[in-house]
Amino acid sequence: MKNSKILWLFGLVLVLSAFLAACGGGDDTDTGTETTETEGTEGNGGEPDSVQELNLIQSAEIPTMDVSMAEDAVAFEILNNVNEGLFRLNEENIAEPALAEGEPEVSEDGLTYTFKLRDANWSDGTPITANDFVFAWQRAIDPDTGSPYGPYMMAGTIKNATEVSEGSMEVSELGITAEDDNTLVVELERPTPYFMSLMAFGTFYPLNEEFVTEQGGDYASNSETILYNGPFTLTNWDGTGLTWTMEKNAEYWDAETVQLDAVNVDVVKETSTAVNLYQSGEKDRVGLSGEFALQYAEDPEVLREQEPVLFYLKFNQERDGEETAMANENIRKALATGFNKQSLVDVVLANGSLPANYLVPTEFAFNEAGEDFREINGDMLGFNADEAKTYWEQGLEEIGETEVTLELLGGDTELAGKMDAYLKDQLETNLEGLTVNLKAVPFGVRLELDEAQDYDIQNSGWGPDFQDPMTFLDLFVTGSSHNLMSYSNEEFDTLIEQAKGELAQDAEGRWEAMAQAEKLLIEEDAAIAPIYQRGIMSLQKPYVNNIVKHPFGGDYSYKWAYISGKE
Amino acid sequence: MARYIGKRLIYMFITLALIATFTFFLMKVLPGSPIASADKLSPEQRAVVEARYGLDQPLPVQYFNYMFGLLQGDLGISINQFKGADVTDVILSRMGPSAQIGFQGMVLGTFLGILFGMVAALRQNTWVDYTSTIVAIIGISIPSFVFASLLQYWFGLKWDLFPVALWKDGFMSSVLPSIALAMFPLATAARFIRTEMIEVLGSDYITLAKAKGASGSEIAFKHAFRNALIPLVTVLGPMAVSILTGSLVVEQIFAIPGIGEQFVKSIMVNDFSIIMGTTMFFSVFLIAIILIVDILYGVIDPRIRLSGGKN
Repeated sequence: MKNSKILWLFGLVLVLSAFLAACGGGDDTDTGTETTETEGTEGNGGEPDSVQELNLIQSAEIPTMDVSMAEDAVAFEILNNVNEGLFRLNEENIAEPALAEGEPEVSEDGLTYTFKLRDANWSDGTPITANDFVFAWQRAIDPDTGSPYGPYMMAGTIKNATEVSEGSMEVSELGITAEDDNTLVVELERPTPYFMSLMAFGTFYPLNEEFVTEQGGDYASNSETILYNGPFTLTNWDGTGLTWTMEKNAEYWDAETVQLDAVNVDVVKETSTAVNLYQSGEKDRVGLSGEFALQYAEDPEVLREQEPVLFYLKFNQERDGEETAMANENIRKALATGFNKQSLVDVVLANGSLPANYLVPTEFAFNEAGEDFREINGDMLGFNADEAKTYWEQGLEEIGETEVTLELLGGDTELAGKMDAYLKDQLETNLEGLTVNLKAVPFGVRLELDEAQDYDIQNSGWGPDFQDPMTFLDLFVTGSSHNLMSYSNEEFDTLIEQAKGELAQDAEGRWEAMAQAEKLLIEEDAAIAPIYQRGIMSLQKPYVNNIVKHPFGGDYSYKWAYISGKE
Repeated sequence: MARYIGKRLIYMFITLALIATFTFFLMKVLPGSPIASADKLSPEQRAVVEARYGLDQPLPVQYFNYMFGLLQGDLGISINQFKGADVTDVILSRMGPSAQIGFQGMVLGTFLGILFGMVAALRQNTWVDYTSTIVAIIGISIPSFVFASLLQYWFGLKWDLFPVALWKDGFMSSVLPSIALAMFPLATAARFIRTEMIEVLGSDYITLAKAKGASGSEIAFKHAFRNALIPLVTVLGPMAVSILTGSLVVEQIFAIPGIGEQFVKSIMVNDFSIIMGTTMFFSVFLIAIILIVDILYGVIDPRIRLSGGKN
C-alpha cells in the first residue's frame, strides 16, 4: 500500500505543476515593464504595407444585419463599416456629409432639412436614390416591422413618427419625402441641433426597396442577401456563424480613402482564448477584461480608450407608495459624497475607467468652438468624507432617525459584485448608523425592479444614442420612463423643456441651460450619484494604425485603418 | 420486440409533450425580456416589438400556438439571438461541429478508457493499475475548462502543434477540443471496466474456464470483458448525449460554432423560441439514446429481457 501512496502523491504533484505552469505562463509575455508608460500604441504611422489585412476578434455573434432591426453594439459596429447614411462620424468624431452632398439646406424654423445626395452606388452597382431613404425610414417606423430602434430614435424628432409607430397614422405620413432621385426632404417635430449626428446612426441608413422586397424574409439572413454601400462589404457570414470578413467595397464613393483589403473577424467569447490568439499572432487586437486588464496593465502594447458610458447610483425617493430616507436631500448628498471613487476605479475596476463627478461624459459632446461640455460644469459633489458626515447627521436629524437600512440593487456579474461590495463598505464606514444590504440580480430582473420602482439605491448605467448632452439629461425629467425614482424638480424640467424648445436654435443658450440642468441634478439635488465613466483596455499590435473609436452608434470605424510594418 | 419498441415510442411522445409544456412555462417564469434594448424603449415601444413576436397574447394562447407549431415540426423564429432566423436552421447550422468533436471525443475516450480499465484489472495492484487509476482520477477531477485551457496553452500557443482556437483548419481544429472532451468518458470507462472486470474475474465461471484450460486472452475478452460492459453501456448513453450535443465550456474555450455555447447564450438573452427548440432537440436525442441503450442491453446480455417473458 505504501507504493500506492507515493504514486498518488506523484500524480497530485504532476497535476499541480501543470496547472501552476499554465497560470504563471502569462508572466513571461510581459517583459516590457521597463519601457516608459504610454497612453497606448497608436500605431507607428509608417508607410502602408503591401498586405492590408486586419484580424479582429468580436465578443458576440451578429444578431442581425437588418438596419431596421439592429439594437446592439455588434450589429451597429458592423453596419457602420459596411453601410452608410447621409452623414458619417469622421476621425475626430464630428458628423460630416457622407451620402449627402455637402451640408443640407435648413429652413428658418429649423424644421425642414433638404439634403442633396451625392452620386453613389450600392454594391451591385445600382445608384442610391432618395427613395432608398424614404423606404428604409418608413420600414423602421412601421409597427408591422417590430423595429425596436426605429420608434426609439425617431419618436419626438421626425414629424409624425410617434403617431405612425402607434398605428394611428399611415407610414406615408412620416416626415420624409423624396423630391426627386437626388433630393431628400426631412421634416422634424421640433428643431434638433444634433440632427446631423443622428444621420450617422444605423437606424437612418438607406435600403434598396427593390432588393429588400425581392429577398423578402431572406433579406439580411446571410452576407449574400444584403446590399452594401459603405467602405466595406460583408462576406462569409452564414447568418448564425462565428466568423465573417469585411472586404473593401469597390463601389464605395470614397473607396480611395479605404486602405484595408480585408478585415477578418472571429467571435471569441473567452478572454483567455482571445489573448492566446493575440499572442500567437493570429489576431491584431484583443479586448482585456477582469484579471487580464490587471495582468497586462503595464504591457507596451496596451491601449486605453474612454467610452461615453456613465454609471451612477439612482436614489429612489418613494418605494411602495411611501417616502424613503432618500426623499431627504441631505441624506442623498451624504450618500453621494460618502464613497471614494478614485480608489474604486484604481483598485476595484482597474480597467482604465475614470472617476465621475458628472453625468455627461467627458470627450463626448462639443460645442461649435470644439469645447467639451465638461469644461463648463467641471466636477460636482466629489468624495469628501467629512462633508458626507455633516450631511448625514443633518439628514438623520431631519428625518428623526438614528439608523437607516438601505438596499443596494446591482448586477450579478463578478465586476458588479465587487463594486457593490466596495460601495457598501465605503458608505457604512463613512456614514455612521447606515446599513447597506446588497441585492445582486441579473440584468432583466434589475429592469423589472426598476420599472416597479422596487429598490432603494440602484447601480445603473447609460450609454448615449446621439451626440448631445440631452441623451443623458432628459432621462431624469418628471415622469420619464427612465426616472423611476420619483425625482421631480420643476426648475430642472423647465430647463430641459427650454433646451428642447425655444432655445433649440440658440446654440449657446441651449448649452448653458443644459449645463445648469446638470448642476441642479447632481450638485444641488443629488438626485443621482455618478460613480465612474467606463474605460476599456485592449492590446493592439504596433503595426495597426488608425482604427477610429466612436462615442455612439458603431463603436469602431476601419475606413481609415491600415497596416504598416508587419512584414 | 416490435411491440416493445412501439410502446416505448408512445411513451417517448408523451414524455416530450410533458417536457415541452414544462419548459415552456418554466421559461416564461424566467425574468427579463427578449428585447435587447428593453432598458431604452418606452413601454409603448416595447409593446409594439412584443406584438411582432406574439408575446402580447395571453400565456395559454401562446402555449397552444407553440404546441401546435411543434406538432407540425415548426420551432418558430429566433427573437433576438439571430433575429428572424428559423430555429431549425439555427440548430442544424450549429450541430455539425458539436457532433464532430463530441463523436471523436467519445470514441477516443471510451476506447482508451476500456483499454486502461482492462489492463488495470488484469494487472491489478501493479504500477500499471496505479497509473491508469491516477489517469482516471485526473480525468474525473480536473474540470474540463482547466484541461482545455492547458491543452490550448501548451499544444496550441507554446508548441504550435495544433491551432490555438477557431474552427478553420478542418480536422486539425478538432483535435484539442476532442481530447479535452475525451477525458471524462475515458476516466468513467476506465473506472467501470476495472471494477467490473475484477469482480467478474473472481467469479466461479472464470475459475471453471481456467480449469478447463482456456487461455488468458480468451478469458479476458470472451468471458470477462463482455460482462463488464453492461454497466458501462448504461452510463455511456446519457454521457454520449451530453457530449455529442456539445460541451459549452470546451466550445467556448476553442471558439467552436457549436450548439452548446449557442444554447447558453439563448438563455441569457431570453430568446424563447431558441431555448424551446434546443431543449426539444436535446430531449429527443436523449430519449432516443435511452431507447437504444435498452435495446443494446438485450444484445450484450441475453439474460436481460425487454418485453414481458413468454417462456
